[in-house]
Amino acid sequence: MPGLFDALSYEFMRNALLAGVVAAVLCGVVGTFVVVKRLAFLSDGISHAAFGGMGVCFYLGIDPLFGAVAVALASAVALGLLDPEVVRSYDAMIGVLWAVGLAVGIVFVYKTPGYAPNLMTYLFGNILLVSRHDIGVLLALASSVLLILALFFKGVVAVAFDEVFARVQGAPVRLLMSLLLTMIALSVVILIQVVGIILVVALLTIPPVISLMLFKDLRNVLIGSTLAGVAMTLGGLALSYAYDLPSGPAIILLGAALLSVVYAGRKLAGRPRFLPALRRPRSG
Amino acid sequence: MAEPPLISARDVTFGYNREVVVEDVSFDIYPRDFLAIIGPNGGGKTTLVKILLGLLKPWSGEVVYHLPDRKGRKGHRGALGYVPQFSTFDKSFPLRVADVVLMGRLGSRGLLRPYTRADRTEAGSALDRLGIADLAGAHINEISGGQLQRTLIARALVSEPEALFLDEPTASIDAESRGSLLGILEELNRRIPVVVITHDVTAIAPMVQRIACINRRLFYHGPELDQHALEEVYGCPVELVAHGVAHRVLHSH
Repeated sequence: MPGLFDALSYEFMRNALLAGVVAAVLCGVVGTFVVVKRLAFLSDGISHAAFGGMGVCFYLGIDPLFGAVAVALASAVALGLLDPEVVRSYDAMIGVLWAVGLAVGIVFVYKTPGYAPNLMTYLFGNILLVSRHDIGVLLALASSVLLILALFFKGVVAVAFDEVFARVQGAPVRLLMSLLLTMIALSVVILIQVVGIILVVALLTIPPVISLMLFKDLRNVLIGSTLAGVAMTLGGLALSYAYDLPSGPAIILLGAALLSVVYAGRKLAGRPRFLPALRRPRSG
Repeated sequence: MAEPPLISARDVTFGYNREVVVEDVSFDIYPRDFLAIIGPNGGGKTTLVKILLGLLKPWSGEVVYHLPDRKGRKGHRGALGYVPQFSTFDKSFPLRVADVVLMGRLGSRGLLRPYTRADRTEAGSALDRLGIADLAGAHINEISGGQLQRTLIARALVSEPEALFLDEPTASIDAESRGSLLGILEELNRRIPVVVITHDVTAIAPMVQRIACINRRLFYHGPELDQHALEEVYGCPVELVAHGVAHRVLHSH
């Protein structure tokens, strides 16, 4: 690829690489929980809902990150508090949240006087626009998420695997589940900066799915997923620079290509093994 | 029985969405009981066990525990072992057999503390006891139903429970595993009470000391099971076969 190393002389490129690595580590870890606990749709819903908060912040002329964090956290808490007997379908509630958030965001952006921010940037992200200051915030948020998950690792894994048994053991299941949802919400906000609202779910799912096809132990899955995420974001950035492609989609498409290669490899390697975590548990 | 009961359900009533699932159920579990809970599908068997485990709070009535005190344990939390049906968790979750067994030590220390070497040793000896030490590194998706069943029993045992509850333990395993499962339960029963939800009392007949028939209400509770009680529970005639002297049991239907 022409002049890839020259690219590093640009500060925006160095920032982008740094943001990409932070995002990759985060999706490797948080994404693994999203995939094994089947929360991809929920993550996507939170991501779109967060746009509502960003729109309001635009209108008020404050940093949209605040709005995104506030709405993402509120959505996670609200979904955790909903009474399943009244709601009937979490799936549908996530869909509602998704649509309402997006609608609120668009209304406020539309009504913002003067220069209208480029919607495309938020929907599809532009990692090349990440500033030094943004990276500081991303790093702080990402390391708190990872630290909290590391502290509660034992409990979060137990609850993600078998909630009922964890409760029999006396673990605070509701607290741990809300904690996991909150960490997912924060991660979503961080990832929005990197790939944009629409592509967040891809960054949370592609690396863990790749890793789950290769490893059977949670620790290895986490490491593999992080590495896959790093390969995806750095490789995607390189492609974006070399071939003048939008960065978010370049990252995602590279990830999809990696996923197909690993899948094909697994199939050809003999032992037929389906995408492990994508299989529904037997009912009955 | 002279000994006081470990767990007593008193007039327990519970339901979902205003619909009563368990009504006015009272019975005791004694220290060395081997209790089979039978009844039709949707009759409230699993619900009743969840109430006994403290997972569901009864609408009325209460469950009283007389469990020995142990350091680091509050009430019945973490003092009861539970072996759920396979369908309640995801078998494709990226965990090895040893990791699952280790989860039985979840309540033994603070939530913020990682599992210790002692926890791992306990998990290892539980695997040994159940004869699946060689499977410690296998993924839970790669092992047979019988082996998974033992993994779940090992997980329940590492918490050193005062009573063990199993939900349909014979449902998804082959006949051979069923045989060794019975041996395991028999051995456990020398120390703690074992409560088994089952559709198939014949499979565990030799050990069953008492049977509780649940179809919303507790229809029968005791060592003998007569035709009349069964018909009332299931709403249809069921064949009864005598097994040994002390037990009368339900033939597979």
